[in-house]
Amino acid sequence: MTTAAEPAPVSSAAGAVLPGVRWALLRDLRIALRSRSELAVQLLFYVIVVALFPLASTPEKTLLSTMGPGVLWVAALLASLLSLPRLFAADYADGTLEQIALSPYPLEALVSGKILAHWLTTGLPVALLAPLLGVVYQMDGESMAVLAAALLIGTPILSLLGAIGAALTLGLRAGGSLLALLILPLYVPVLIFGAGSVDAVRAGLGATANLTLLTAGLIIAVVGAPFAAAAAVRIALD
Amino acid sequence: MTLNWFRLASPATFYPVAGRLIPWFAWPAALCACVGVALGLGAAPTDFQQGDAYRIIFIHVPAAWMSMFLYLVMAFWGAMSLGFNTRLSAMLAQAIAPTGALMTFLALVTGSFWGRPTWGTYWAWDARMTSELILLFLYLGVIALRSAIDDPRRADRACAVLALTGAVNVPIIYYSVKWWNTLHQGMSVRPGESKMATIMLLGMLIMSFAAWFYAIAVVLHRARSIMLERESGAAWVGALAETRS
Repeated sequence: MTTAAEPAPVSSAAGAVLPGVRWALLRDLRIALRSRSELAVQLLFYVIVVALFPLASTPEKTLLSTMGPGVLWVAALLASLLSLPRLFAADYADGTLEQIALSPYPLEALVSGKILAHWLTTGLPVALLAPLLGVVYQMDGESMAVLAAALLIGTPILSLLGAIGAALTLGLRAGGSLLALLILPLYVPVLIFGAGSVDAVRAGLGATANLTLLTAGLIIAVVGAPFAAAAAVRIALD
Repeated sequence: MTLNWFRLASPATFYPVAGRLIPWFAWPAALCACVGVALGLGAAPTDFQQGDAYRIIFIHVPAAWMSMFLYLVMAFWGAMSLGFNTRLSAMLAQAIAPTGALMTFLALVTGSFWGRPTWGTYWAWDARMTSELILLFLYLGVIALRSAIDDPRRADRACAVLALTGAVNVPIIYYSVKWWNTLHQGMSVRPGESKMATIMLLGMLIMSFAAWFYAIAVVLHRARSIMLERESGAAWVGALAETRS
């Protein structure tokens, strides 16, 4: 029997941020890679949406090359929206999310790990694929490079902000479309600066301003979004 | 004698207080509106550049100011409800959202009508118009989220988190004319100086107070309805004259 002088054992996981991120990241990556076809489907969705716009308007070259960056960005937004429910819904449905919230690891760290895994499986492939699809939109090499850079900075922001929306709409009936209504207004600045970076390069102004602002947005999102998303997860679990 | 503000956090206490406050804001709102409209449509001179089309400023600017201010107030009450876990703060935030959305919509529509004769277009995707449109979507998102969640306390907390997340948009709207080259005119009015003729400024300020008092009166009235609805099981609700049938 323990005496009153002995302190109660404290888990080494309490307050451990990076181990928590690592645990959630590896778990979610392992689960996502088990259904590789689901990830491939998301990429195919992206390609199809990108292919729809020239069919809807005109295959005329100058028009396509003007539309190109915007279309590639909007399709990235839509692909992100479509994949966001996957972040929390499966864990919420079978009760794992509750156990995750009860863990001694900080919930913000675990949520950050999940968001990182989501970006690696959704945002990163889109960011790498988009410049290749830029060929379809008659984009030149410099535009493609700037687009890739902007998407690499912007897609993590989409995952971070999207996680807040996904957590807020957990388990609700109108889930998907409500998520879009909540998240798209927050995505708009990312879209404006992201697509604007390519337009700026084409206009000869250089992409530094847009990319710097995007990076600032990324830093703010990395610092703030895990707290908001963790708070939203706790609200959904009550 | 110190006032214990937390006493007002009880819906049973705040309901009659709000009821007594409403006329103190509703009548001044009506008075300011009459004076402001008389100044704006009658006394203010015709503008040198824009002719008489500028007179929509007396609705457009107060509505736009209120749209931004009400969002910040809604986010404030959301933060209070999260921090102090009070129901009434969340009910106030719930009451503000529809009025804020209305003000935003008014600002956008009156701005459209103003743009047509002066800029030649109903809409241009410039920084201020776009960010005000985003503000409308943010308000509608908060209203939609509340109606999508059945449990009122969960809805309170979720809408508070959403309102706080979107609050970063309001400074963007305000400073958009300074940060971007936009079609929308720059800041003509700043504390301590103004580029407008005095009587136009006076009319605009009086209409702003009218909008502010109107918003307070309407929000308090809506909050009273929300209190009756959400606290309908409580004894004090059944004891009210209004609810006894």
